[in-house]
Amino acid sequence: MTAPARPVLAEHNAAQVALARIEAKRHKKRRVQDDVVQAAHGGGGRAMRDLIEDLILPAFDHAVAEDDQARFALSDMAALGGQLAFTTDTYVVTPLTFPGGDIGSMAVHGTINDLAVGGAKPLYLSCGLILEEGLPIDLLRTILTSMGRAAREAGVRIVTGDTKVVARGKADKLFINTAGVGVIPTGLHMSARSLEPGDVLLTNGTLGDHGAAILIARGELELASPVMSDSAPLHELVQALVQAVPVRAMRDLTRGGLAATVNEWAHSANLGLCIDEPSVPVRSEVQGVCELLGLDPLHLANEGKLLAAVPKAHAQAALHAMRRHPLGENAAVVGEVTSAHPGVVTIQTGFGTDRVLDMLVGEPLPRIC
Amino acid sequence: MKYVSEFRDPPAARRLVATIESLMSRRPKTLQGAPLKIMEVCGGHTHAIFKFGLETLLPETIELVHGPGCPVCVLPVGRVDDAISIATSEGVIFCTYGDALRVPGSRTSLAGAKAEGADVRTVYSPTDALALARANPSRRVVFFGLGFETTAPSTALTLLQAEREGVSNFFVFSNHVTIIPALRALLDAEDLQVDGFIGPGHVSMVIGVEPYHFIAEHYRRPFVVSGFEPLDVLQSIAMVVAQHVEGRAVVENQYSRLVSTQGNSAAQTAIHEVFKPRAHFEWRGLGSIAESGLELQPRFARFDAEQAFRVPALSVADPKACQCGEVLKGQLRPYECKVFGTACTPETPIGSCMVSSEGACAAYYSYGRLTSLRRASGLKVHP
Repeated sequence: MTAPARPVLAEHNAAQVALARIEAKRHKKRRVQDDVVQAAHGGGGRAMRDLIEDLILPAFDHAVAEDDQARFALSDMAALGGQLAFTTDTYVVTPLTFPGGDIGSMAVHGTINDLAVGGAKPLYLSCGLILEEGLPIDLLRTILTSMGRAAREAGVRIVTGDTKVVARGKADKLFINTAGVGVIPTGLHMSARSLEPGDVLLTNGTLGDHGAAILIARGELELASPVMSDSAPLHELVQALVQAVPVRAMRDLTRGGLAATVNEWAHSANLGLCIDEPSVPVRSEVQGVCELLGLDPLHLANEGKLLAAVPKAHAQAALHAMRRHPLGENAAVVGEVTSAHPGVVTIQTGFGTDRVLDMLVGEPLPRIC
Repeated sequence: MKYVSEFRDPPAARRLVATIESLMSRRPKTLQGAPLKIMEVCGGHTHAIFKFGLETLLPETIELVHGPGCPVCVLPVGRVDDAISIATSEGVIFCTYGDALRVPGSRTSLAGAKAEGADVRTVYSPTDALALARANPSRRVVFFGLGFETTAPSTALTLLQAEREGVSNFFVFSNHVTIIPALRALLDAEDLQVDGFIGPGHVSMVIGVEPYHFIAEHYRRPFVVSGFEPLDVLQSIAMVVAQHVEGRAVVENQYSRLVSTQGNSAAQTAIHEVFKPRAHFEWRGLGSIAESGLELQPRFARFDAEQAFRVPALSVADPKACQCGEVLKGQLRPYECKVFGTACTPETPIGSCMVSSEGACAAYYSYGRLTSLRRASGLKVHP
């Protein structure tokens, strides 16, 4: 005996509707309901998909690849130059937000700057997130939004990423890794090994702002000072500079500050570098923090400053090119390359004396008194 | 910067150097060419001298001797071991000033212990440690009390506050030291080679100027309490040299804008209320000095880390190769030490003079290598 046709059809239709409802619900974009990051947000399941769709993709303008890799046409890149530049850096700053920036914008600026100081036009970034259980979702959203904004403003795209959640206590709230790809125009080659005696050293502005801002933002010093981080993308400034003058070497002055970079250059080039202390631009607020703590602004980190070496004949043109850009208006000649004391950096003080300017051993630690 | 740039004025520095040169030319003919050794007692002065390259401005006959006034430099190996022993005890948060982290003990440093899992935290003042104790009632929070009379008052005031609040999980491991017994021990050393002193400005803000009079009266050495800016240091040197050429030995106060004759009585009262002198305290390089260290008064016994924890309390000899003692007494310049710049560097310090940036050896290594390079190669120190 066969069943009546009509009920079967009705049942079939009802099942279809129910399945469609389930599928629709499964694919419906949901908002992350939790207040804090939980283990499930890194588990590869729905919670993670929600996190990606609700927080990450909108922040990055949905530019992140849905496949496991981003893909680019080689011909487009080749049109920009002859060398691919590729870099990576990981950001672990405390606190996550600070006057002048946050870990997200800093991760974008830092990687752009790593590409820029090699002369590359930055194109694409990746974003690897390590989240600690308990990180407030609102804070994460703020940081990701800031990261996306920083990328948009700099004209680069965040095209691939990864998210992991680690148990509470296994990380310090949020770590970000960014890798970056860019293209170096044909004919551009900058390296500390190209330095020659007589070259002048220039920086694009005041030193130590980021390091001082972070020290104050940690709130351990009971200091109130209007110091802001200098976090900024330097690629346009660099392009203006390399178009104006031949640049022998360039480096962004991050951890270890100016002192670390000049020491690395002196070592690589086996030449002496001499810094003229009174010429180094330092904000008086930063100098004040350093005086209180027994620190040297030349050892403090920057996130929007670079050091460039150019042949002496081009020093004024280089200064002029930098000062025309908003991020270079306080640019200054701060020293020169010499053949004296190979491998050693000296600093000429305002008293006409000279001394060694060494790298810091470990991190900057305040003195007792 | 206001209140700083005035004391870093190069033309004024040149005038002071000219004064010093002129004074030195007035020395008796028999002394012309002989070194005049002036000790800057305080590590803060050592730092300023190197940072601004002051030594190279001075006549070559003036030799600066870098004294024992860096609290990190004089911390003996045994006390570092004790600190590590406390820091690695169950449930402890150990709080220290930053520059003590890397001082070597006999096996490791506090930084090493931290890397191995001890909860060691850098603080900027003892009140930060007390705040940690309040925030972590289930942990024992120990503050590593270090420093001369400069920092002892803040440790004392923090302990008074802890007592008022009845905080039961806060402890102090006191390694505070006092400058006068150390100076007396130095002056009693037969091998001391020092003609005059620049006195510690920060310590003197607390103790005043009077406690130094015995140095001038009994030991016949000029003593000038000095500030820390380059012009302060140069002016103080000029004052010591003036006394020397005039055959005088008195205590003078160059740092009168901050240091009064009597010092800070409130700070002195706090120190005496909380601390009492130890019978003996060991100094790295200088050995045991009577009544030179401070321990907690019996009233504060419950805050005393040395009573709350089982510390080894062993006297550990300084490493054989280390000549910190000779450096601190002016017998050796840092670069004349056997291990300076080879086995002993800021990355791998053997002696504590190589650890803190106020230490004579670290200052020479980081800032003054040009001077030692020039001396070693027979060149003039002056650029």
